[in-house]
Parts: sequence; C-alpha cells; structure tokens
Amino acid sequence: MIWRFGLFDSTFEPLATTHWALLTALCLPLLMGLLAALFPPKRVWPVLLAGAPIVAAGVMLLLAFNDAGLLRWQWAVADIHLSLRLNGLSVLLLLTTQWIGFAAALYTPGYLRLSDPGPMARWLWPLMGTLISALSLMWLATDLLTLYVALELMGLAAVGMLLLSGKAPALKAGMRYLLLALVGSLAYLLGVALILGHWGRLDLQGLAETIEPGPVAWFAAALMGAGLALKAALFPLHAWLSPVHENAWTPVSALHAGLVIKASLFMLVLLWSILLPDAFYASRVIAWLGMLAIVWGGLLAWRTDSLKTLVASSTVAQLGYLMVIFPLLLGADVAPLPRALAWEGFWLQLMGHAFAKAAMFMAAGNLILATGESTLKGLAGTSRRLPLSLLVFGIAAITLMGLPPSAGFTAKWLLFEAMIITQQWWAVAALLVGTLLTAAYIFRMFRYSFDESAPRQRYQPLAPGMDLIALTLALAAFALGLLAHFPLELMQGGGV
Amino acid sequence: MTAAWLPITALAIALLVTVIIFALPEESRRLRTTINLLAAVVNIVLVTLMVRRVAAGYEDVFSFQVVGGVDFVLRTDALGVMFAGLSSLLWLCTTIYAIGYLEGSANRKRFFGFFSLCVASTIGIALADNLFTFLIFYEMLTLSTYPLVVHRGTEQALNAGRVYLRYTLTAGVVLLLGAVLLYSLTGDQSFSSEEGLGDYLNDHRGLLTLIFALLVGGFAVKAAMVPLHGWLPRAMVAPAPVSALLHAVAVVKAGAFGILRVVYDLYGIELSVELGVITALAVAASITIIYGSLRALAQEELKPRLAFSTISQVSYVILGIGLFGPFGTIGALAHLLHQGLMKVTLFFCAGNYAEELGIHRIDEMDGAGKRMPLTSIAFTIGALGMIGLPPVAGFITKWYLGIGAIQAEMYWVVAVLVASSTLNAMYFLPIVHRLWFRLGPSHGKGSWPDEQRLGRFETHGWLLLPMVFTALISLAAGLLAGLPFSPLDWATRVANGEYLL
Repeated sequence: MIWRFGLFDSTFEPLATTHWALLTALCLPLLMGLLAALFPPKRVWPVLLAGAPIVAAGVMLLLAFNDAGLLRWQWAVADIHLSLRLNGLSVLLLLTTQWIGFAAALYTPGYLRLSDPGPMARWLWPLMGTLISALSLMWLATDLLTLYVALELMGLAAVGMLLLSGKAPALKAGMRYLLLALVGSLAYLLGVALILGHWGRLDLQGLAETIEPGPVAWFAAALMGAGLALKAALFPLHAWLSPVHENAWTPVSALHAGLVIKASLFMLVLLWSILLPDAFYASRVIAWLGMLAIVWGGLLAWRTDSLKTLVASSTVAQLGYLMVIFPLLLGADVAPLPRALAWEGFWLQLMGHAFAKAAMFMAAGNLILATGESTLKGLAGTSRRLPLSLLVFGIAAITLMGLPPSAGFTAKWLLFEAMIITQQWWAVAALLVGTLLTAAYIFRMFRYSFDESAPRQRYQPLAPGMDLIALTLALAAFALGLLAHFPLELMQGGGV
Repeated sequence: MTAAWLPITALAIALLVTVIIFALPEESRRLRTTINLLAAVVNIVLVTLMVRRVAAGYEDVFSFQVVGGVDFVLRTDALGVMFAGLSSLLWLCTTIYAIGYLEGSANRKRFFGFFSLCVASTIGIALADNLFTFLIFYEMLTLSTYPLVVHRGTEQALNAGRVYLRYTLTAGVVLLLGAVLLYSLTGDQSFSSEEGLGDYLNDHRGLLTLIFALLVGGFAVKAAMVPLHGWLPRAMVAPAPVSALLHAVAVVKAGAFGILRVVYDLYGIELSVELGVITALAVAASITIIYGSLRALAQEELKPRLAFSTISQVSYVILGIGLFGPFGTIGALAHLLHQGLMKVTLFFCAGNYAEELGIHRIDEMDGAGKRMPLTSIAFTIGALGMIGLPPVAGFITKWYLGIGAIQAEMYWVVAVLVASSTLNAMYFLPIVHRLWFRLGPSHGKGSWPDEQRLGRFETHGWLLLPMVFTALISLAAGLLAGLPFSPLDWATRVANGEYLL
C-alpha cells in the first residue's frame, strides 16, 4: 500500500533544472504573496506574470517525473534527515493545487474591485501564497514533522483568509474554525509524539518498515485520524464548514473547499496506510460515516435557502463519497484489481471535485455579487441576465452529480467497478443515493434561476474575466473525465 | 480507406455550434439562424456520406481510451446511421420551424444553444459503439432537454421539468448500475462484436437477466413505457418545436433506440429469447400500446392527445423487437423512422393551429381545414399514417408487425394491433372530421380563440415549410417503400445484418 505513495528509494538523481523547479514551486508562491502585500495588484496582468513561473515550475516537475520516475531530495540538518519526494500522485496533486490557486489568484483582483473589501484586502495575497506553498510542501513531504509544518501553515493561512472579510459573523465562524483546527492539530501532534516516543523515528518510509500493529499504532492512528477528520470537515465533524463559507470571500472559499480540506484527507489516507495497513474496523467506521455524510450533507444542501450554504453542504456530502471508499483503499482483504480501481477512482474523484467545487464557488460568488442577494430566491430571473455564471455552475454541478462526461462520472464508474467486484453493495447504494440527492439540490437551485415571475431589473456588471476563469476550472473537471487515462497513468506503480 | 473523421466530425460540428451559439450575443439573430441552418445542412451531408459508406460495406471507427478497460468509441453501423439520418433530417426541419415559432420571444439564445446540444447528444447516441459512450450522450440528452422543457419559466413548466428530471435521472442511475455490472462481468463489450454475451449464459444466468432488466428498465423511462411514462404528458408545456423534438426524434426515440441496442447488439436476439425476457418485453409493449391509446382517447386538448399517442406508438418499436422474427425486426426499425416523421408533422400542425388561431382544444378545431388547408392536409396525412392506413408510412410498419406476429405465432399481438388501430382511428378521425366536415369560424360561425395573421400564406412561411416537407416524406416513405434507401429498405438491410449473418 505504502509504495503507492512513492515511499521507497529512487535510482535517479534530480537534474539541476529540477532543483530549481522544485524551489520555485515551493517558495515562489510565498514570495509573490509577500510582494503583492506590499504592492497590491489591481489588475489581472501582474497576477498573471507572478503566477506563470509557478505553473511553469509545476509543468517542469511533471516532465522531470515523466523522464526519470520517482525523484527524491535529501538533506541532513544537524541530526534530522529531511527529504522530499516526487511521485505520480504528488505531481498530480501539485498541478491541481497550482492550477486552482492560479485561477483563484486571477479571479481575486476583479472580485476585490467589485466587492469593496476594506483595508485588510492586501493581506489576502501573502496568505494565499502561504497556502499554496504549504500545500505543495505537503504533497512532497516524507516525514511526519514536515507534514505537521505544512498542515499547520496551511491551517493558519486558511483561518486567516477566512477572517479577512472582517464581518462579525465571519469573525465568529472563523474563531470557531481556528479553535477546532488547533484542537485538530493538537490531536495530530499527540499522535506524532506517541510514534516518536515508541519507535523513535518520523520518516514515513522507515516507519512503514518498523511499525507493527498494536495498541500504540491504533491509538496514534485514532488521534491523528480524529484531528485530520476535524480539519477535513468529515462527517460528523463538519458543522463549522458552512458558517465559515457563508461569510468568506469567493476566492477564499474556492481555495478552501477545493484544496484545504482535501489536504487533510490526503494525510489521513497516507498515515493510515502506514499505521493501519490491515485495518478492518477503522476503515469500515469511516465508510459508514461517509454514507451518513452523503445523506446528511445532501439533505442540508437540499433544505437550505442560502446559495453558499448549498455549495458548502454539498462539500460535506461529496467528502462522503471519498470516505465510502476507505475499506477498498485500506482493507487487507481487497484483491489487487478492485484496489487499483478504487485507488484511481479516489484520486480522480478528489481532483475532479477540487476543480468543480472551486468553479462552483466562483460561479456562486459571481451570482451573489451580480444580484446582491445570497438566497436562492434571489436568483429569479438570472437565467436571462447571467447565463454564463449559471452555465459554469451547471457544468461544475455535472461533475458533482457524477454525470458524463465529467471526472465525477469516470471516477464513479471506476469506484462502482471496484465495489461490484468486492460486492460492497451498500457502498454502491450510497453512491447512487448520493447522485440523486445531488441532482435534487442542484436542480432546486436551477429551478429558482429559471423562475421568470419576479425578474430583477438591476444587476451589477461583473469584471469580464471572472466568469471565464470559473468556466476554465469547470471545463478542466470535464476534461479530466474524458481524458482520465493520462493522469491516472501517472499514478500507476506509484512512481516507477 | 477508413474515414474515422466522419463520425467525430459530425459530432464535433454539432457541439461546436452549441458553443458558438452560447458565445453569440442574444441580439445577433441573423447570424445565429445562419449558423444553425448551415450546421444542420452540413450534418445532413455528413450523414449522407456515412450512409453511402455503410452501404458500400465500410465501417468507420473513432476511439480513444478513457480509463483502463473503458473506451470512448464512435462507429458508423447500419442501425446507427439510420438513427443519425432521422435526427439530422428532422433537426433541419425542427430548426426551421423553431426559428419561425420563437420569432420575437425571449431567451432564444439559451433555447437554440440547448437545442443544438440536444441534437449533438442524439448524434452521439446514434453513433456510440459501446454502452459507456452511449451513456455519456444519453445523460447529456437528459441535461440538455431540461432547459428546453422549462423554457417558458412558468410554474407549470418548472414543475414539469422537475418531474422530467425525477424520472430521467433516476433512470440514469439505474442504467449506470446496469452498465457497470455488465462491464465488471464482461469488460468493454462493443455493440459491433458478434459474440454477444452467450459465453456467460451458463454461469451467470440470473445476473444477465438482472442486467437486462436494469438496462431496459432504464431506457424504458425515456421510451415512456407504462408505467414509467409519467413525465411525458407533463412535458407538453414546452414550446411546440421542443415537443416535436422530444416525441419524434430525441428523447423517446433515444430510449427505444437504446432498447434496440441492448437486445440486438449487446445480448443478441437469440440470447434474449433464451433468457425469456423478450416475451416480457412484448407484453409490456402491448400494455403500453393499449393504455396509451385509451388515455389519448380521453384527452380533450390536442397536444396531450398527441402525447399519449406517442406513448402508444413508440411501443410499436418495442413490440417489433418482441416478435423476434425478421418481420418484427423490420417493422420495429422502420417504425422508428416512420413514427418520427409522422409525429413531427403532427406536432408542427398542433403548433401552427395554436400560433395562428389560438386553438388548443379539439372541440375548437371545427372547420379549420378551410382556413388552414395545408396544415390540415398535413395533419390528415399524419393522422391517417398513425392509424395505419395505406399509403402513408404507418401502414407499412403495421403490415410488417402483423406478419411478424403471425410468423411468431403470437396471435394475441394481432389482436393488440387491431385494437390499437381501432383506438387510433377513434381518437384521430374525429379531429379529421372536425377539420374538414364541420362548419366553423372560417364559415362564419363563431370565432377562433386568438386569431392572428402571421404571414403571407395561411401562417408564417417558416412554420409552414418544414411541416409540408415532413408530411410529404411520410407519404413518400409509404408510397415508395420499395425504393433503395427508403426507411423500409434500410430497415431490411439492418435486419438482414442481424438475422442472416
């Protein structure tokens, strides 16, 4: 299992240019963010200039991986050995992060210009940069300490971004999130301490070889799992999510729902596959909670009157899909074929959802910005006046519903195959129910938008690129479905 | 020489038109109309090329891998180009009609955008070569018809849209389950592979039956088979061109076409008979035929009557499959085309009466033949065809179905056919009678509900032309059924491929 994460020794030395690409990908977002705090960009083109080298570095890393396979960097600082590795999965997640981050950054100037954000707006940039850097670090990290640093940096940046809007409810929700995130970190840190105390090492590869199942491993896994589940808003620890998004700025929501909560989930899968290599009950528990999440999140989204709550609750439900797959990813009793299918389906679903949810938050933000209303009822008449925003919402929604030809569909296809082969019919049922529930709340929203009985007369015009950026993300989720073969090929073998 | 570009180009053009229309501003009416018509004509040319190549014995395949073991494949085979031909021809007619019909109304950009997307999906359905590809376009069709159904944005339209989605999306989920079950059993099963699923019969009989039930059940929702037909009559609130599209080409036909693909190309007719599912299909189709006709008889408005008539008529296709003989197959396939031609004519007529005279109810139609002769002639042709009177196309199918029933020794089917024809006559002939033989407002008796003069002719030229054209083709398809490339000839060709290979 652990080899899928690329945690083994590689034979190739990275080239000099690859070192630079790595450095660029990790540090440049942070630097550019700080620069933008000093000189806040008012237009799109400076953001474009700043983002281009970061994205280029990501592409270079992809090419380097294609040439050489798994890449490893190692340093020894004093007594501690630090290392980073780049395998197929980390390349994919890195690219996803960079593209969504880039899109969110491009979206931001127009959004800030139109929404009158107040004096704190300039601090959005360094926080965004920190977030991207932290996430990139997380995909590459190979030891528990680096992972912790990345997690903490990411968490603080995320809380900071959510607090920026400065409204009273935002502060309240943000403080709650901060406290919960700190509790989550603490639980994680306790787990790390337990492992360090018992086995005396923190590098994942070494741990995977030395850890033997037993109460210590289980307890550490439980602690880390609880902490990460809290941060990932996994059901039933999701209650903080909707209020946070309700008041956050659109690009912040897009980044948060697209990437931040996925990062915690990534770590959960990574750590549990080391600590609980033949877990039976733990993964079952997660799966059952996932099923509840699908139903509960779907119902929340279906009942709500607020557009942003709808999108945020949908995240809770969609995370349920990923949780339902846990027994296939972690169980010891799974045959190689379904496990491979589930593995590919899991990450495809995760990436597709990241793109689609970011696009959907942007589309929802555009609708709210243009109509000045944040309720579903306020959408009446928008189908005539804001067709592009609605189209983006719709295309993103197709991925979430898992209808063809989107990434959600292809992922669901793979997952179904895996579940049918292993005869996990309850999981099949959960996914089917989830599809219908998603359709129910998505089309409820569209129903309001097609209502012509009370059309509004005044709309705030949007900046020209805002819809197009969101459209690009939504279409990326589409393309990921039809061309899934290429990204999934990268992951086969975990890096060789 | 292979021409893999042919199927993908036909699909790409329709998709491209969708993108262009969405990108154009609402006001550029002339440009949008030009692009729409141009694309429809190009599409007909492409499909004609495909038909010629298929007739010459070539099959053009376009494919790429989506994920391991699952391919996206388009292929031109005889059955596929038959459906593609129907949709491309009627696309042109319906587009012309829709341009005239929606003259001056709001949201036309959205309408034509989703309209082309709908057509693109239909082409994709026609040319899909495996279940995965088929499903992609099948769901795309569901999504693209929703905005058309709710186009008017009224409470009633929105409710109809909700019911439509409830049925079709649930059906989509059922289909997906069936498809994945089949894939995990057999791997990627092409529609054109000749083995069928016979190898799996001994070990997986129950599973195969289950998959068959899931697939056919899923398709039956769109084909509006009783008791899964509830969405269709409600979807009547959509504008007339949409109804024409839903009933004649796109939605119900896609369902029937899906069942054809499952029975003939996936399972193979022999295996289906072996499983014993075919008789069940024939019984379900018969129930639908009778039920639809009875309900049609009870309607007092024109469009709902036509809607229930569709429910009944589409099941002729399913019934033809259920007769599992060459004649039944030919009847089924030919009816796929014939019903499309005749039904689209009838809906165009209903739309014209509503637009020009404000007629929605049947008892308002007295004497309309004098005021709108061409429309009424077209309606009469369509109605006679539906009843199955020669020389209109509908006669041909009923004839073949009847022979098929006798050959299969399923005499009760003959009774169903006779009963259905009688019922058809009972609900269509009174309308024809009112049109021509009763005195009405055009004879100076009373007035039309909402009369207006839309054009130089009896109604707007854009509304008149496509209707006359489809009426003539319905007539020609019956009169000239013996000529090559007639619907009957092509259906025979497909059936020969199925039975005599």
